[in-house]
Amino acid sequence: MPLRLLLLWAALFLTVQAHALTAEEARALALGETDTRVEALNKAAVSADDKTVAFIQALSDDAVKTSGSQVFIVKDDKAFDPVTGAEKPLPADAEDVINPNLMRSELDNALAALKLLSGDAKLRAEAIKTLAGESDEARLPLIEKAWAAETVPALKSQLELMRAAILLGSSDKAKRLEAAALLSASKNPATKTVLIERLSSEPDADVKVALKAALAKVESSLVWGDRLGAIFSGISLGSILLLVALGLAITYGLMGVINMAHGELMMIGAYATYVVQGLFQKYLPSAFDWYLLAAVPVAFMASALVGAALERGVIRFLYGRPLETLLATWGISLMLQQAVRSIFGAQNVGVENPVWMSGGVQVLGNLSLPYNRLVIIGFAVAVLLGMAFLISKTRLGLFVRGVTQNRPIASCMGVNTARIDTYAFALGSGIAGLAGCALSQVGNVGPDLGQGYIVDAFMVVVLGGVGQLAGTVYAALGLGILNKFLEGWVGAVLAKIAVLVFIIVFIQKRPQGIFAMKGRSAEA
Amino acid sequence: MTTPTLTTPQSLAGSPAAPAVSASVALPVKGPLLTRTGWSAFVVALIVVCAIAPALNLWVPESSALHMSTYAVALLGKIMCYAIAALAMDLIWGYTGILSLGHGVFFALGGYVMGMYLMRQIGLEGNYKSNLPDFMVFLDWKTLPWHWTFSDSFAATLFLIVAVPAVVAFVFGYFAFRSRIKGVYFSIITQAMTFAAMLLFFRNETGFGGNNGFTDFKRILDIPIATPSMRMTLFVMTGLTLLGFFLFAKWLVGSKFGRVLQAIRDAETRVMFSGYSPLGYKLTIWVISAVMCAVAGALYVPQVGIINPGEMSPANSIEIAIWAAVGGRASLIGPIVGAFIVNGAKSWLTVAYPEFWLYFLGALFIGVTLFLPNGVVGLVKKLRKGAEQ
Repeated sequence: MPLRLLLLWAALFLTVQAHALTAEEARALALGETDTRVEALNKAAVSADDKTVAFIQALSDDAVKTSGSQVFIVKDDKAFDPVTGAEKPLPADAEDVINPNLMRSELDNALAALKLLSGDAKLRAEAIKTLAGESDEARLPLIEKAWAAETVPALKSQLELMRAAILLGSSDKAKRLEAAALLSASKNPATKTVLIERLSSEPDADVKVALKAALAKVESSLVWGDRLGAIFSGISLGSILLLVALGLAITYGLMGVINMAHGELMMIGAYATYVVQGLFQKYLPSAFDWYLLAAVPVAFMASALVGAALERGVIRFLYGRPLETLLATWGISLMLQQAVRSIFGAQNVGVENPVWMSGGVQVLGNLSLPYNRLVIIGFAVAVLLGMAFLISKTRLGLFVRGVTQNRPIASCMGVNTARIDTYAFALGSGIAGLAGCALSQVGNVGPDLGQGYIVDAFMVVVLGGVGQLAGTVYAALGLGILNKFLEGWVGAVLAKIAVLVFIIVFIQKRPQGIFAMKGRSAEA
Repeated sequence: MTTPTLTTPQSLAGSPAAPAVSASVALPVKGPLLTRTGWSAFVVALIVVCAIAPALNLWVPESSALHMSTYAVALLGKIMCYAIAALAMDLIWGYTGILSLGHGVFFALGGYVMGMYLMRQIGLEGNYKSNLPDFMVFLDWKTLPWHWTFSDSFAATLFLIVAVPAVVAFVFGYFAFRSRIKGVYFSIITQAMTFAAMLLFFRNETGFGGNNGFTDFKRILDIPIATPSMRMTLFVMTGLTLLGFFLFAKWLVGSKFGRVLQAIRDAETRVMFSGYSPLGYKLTIWVISAVMCAVAGALYVPQVGIINPGEMSPANSIEIAIWAAVGGRASLIGPIVGAFIVNGAKSWLTVAYPEFWLYFLGALFIGVTLFLPNGVVGLVKKLRKGAEQ
């Protein structure tokens, strides 16, 4: 195969003139023995034009049918002539073209090689991905050519890495040394793997030393990226926990209501986002990128309304009976989950990132910050500030604080305490809805979305101290970062267990959380 | 928790009008363990479990209308295990006012200890014909992990069924009660405990079969496990355990110990100011309750034929609480009745109307807490009182 590929690529470079696909070529590619087809493929790829590329692509997608000596590309149940592109009726006896594994890999390689020189940066990126991880020396000229022509810096560095990785596998010692020197300047985490792999199979002592030196250099330039990456994902998780816990800080922290359906209120927010997305797709496809902005208030209102209904219908009869509240709200959560299953089905639904939230900024070679995470961190900060303002500066906030601190006196002052309870609970629920809206951008949206977060959310509130906004913030960020650091160290599940154990132990020492309210109650 | 707890010392000091406590307070006369009707009902239950059910299942021919099917034996046996768990929950929640959302852990621990023994009993008949349980062969383990050391001995298994959950409950309870974590805090921490335990047991490295847990049991005490007579034996054992625990609980709550528990439930601060340290009482009943739950789990596994970490999910633990609540807390017959009602409804609804089961369960949680604070038993009592008047 290497020889054949070499020939193919050599031919590729020599022939600049593209020539159009002919009917004979199409037949040769689709029919006959595998060997002859591969040969035809190599010939065709040398001077491929768009039609040939499309045909090879169709072959690789299993979208080609043959009938007698006629060849068709089948697309959406319609058959087209590969040469002219005109639609043709598909004969009833048309058969699929069967591609054996050999043919398939040849097709992939031919496509990738063709794409590597394509004018479209996206196609080139794809091709690099396909070809990466193989260190066939026959590829070298092609990659060098592509590297010289490449203009996008990210792709160029990838090609360089590929080139060095191939050189690293060379039988020539000087070339291997050169490659090690080249790679030592790399700031790409993939380089590390390449170097480690080669180190384990390297026979020559000199090269080994060079490889080790390169590895140490790469590692040292990666270490900061790793650290910052862990901190960033910690902050990101913390911001999500914060969003999830902020609503609870009101309903549980201030009002003392154990709301086990909090997770389901988040779920409602996420499904509201899904519905808004659907409406935009249907009625406002031109403004689709901005659906998320519309979804934020809708998610808030949907959850707030459900929350208000819950407070009026169930929770208000259980004030002062926390354990009963816990059970009743658990029942509510079961019913809400089942309701969502009945309406939207038991499967997860798809919520897409708007274009402006996909992608990210590349800060260091091994540290990129995804936009959706950044947006959520900003969103969490905004919700936090908004809530702090609402509670400490507005009339409603004053009433809420008054009622939760001393209900009879607030009532004597003419505050309608029952109504304030409803408002406060609706506010907490609405913030849960906002959290759900944010979660829909980073995770799956399904009926059990809330279940995964409810234990975490309570932990944050309990750890932060009941009735303490600041405590909630510190606890959320602290738990987020702690969790991510442990994750890098012992793995996700053990990290989670360790955090839970940590909280259980912590509560022993400070039963009232980090920021305990000072008091002299015997119950403390 | 039917009476509101007095929370501040001021409210105690603020009642000077209370009569001075005389030196010779007559303790209430201790009633008999069960009333006359109570004993007759108990004996009837005993006869049903030990004689009538086996007779109907094993000796009445299948064609007869009176025949008790294997399905019914399995179902009732399973529900009786649940009833034991509900009884355990009632002791800690109904009588001591501590709502545990982590009893599923103890249930599962008992089940896992039993499951380990049953896995060893499979012997060489596993898919891989190895001395090790199948999942270990699959993970390419060569020897048994240390915690499987005693799993081939039935006597050790019986001991560990009690000891493992007792130790776990003691350690957890000691730290929790010592720092006076109570109320909802305690509930949430227990929920975190069961969640953490579930995650731990899901892992293959823990050595408990990971996701799949233990299943495909073949024998118990070298006797094939799936025969009708073995099923019936397990059924009778479960029934006897339930009745035994019921008597034990009845005795316990009537004793001085039980009265202190109820005092802790109603006004813990007062109990402390009366010179009792609640720690020992709470810890004792917590461990007793955990062990009862574990025994239920150990009886459950051979009858159901599987144990996996799903038993530790927070939802399962909270369901135990709803059995007790539906039947009626702070009465001992209540949780048993509740377990039968809820699980009976579950096994019918999940087959007939699977989509309605969660609505029903959710409505049950809400309805019972809003309208039936004393459960079905409380409702019956109330109706009877109304009829008498």
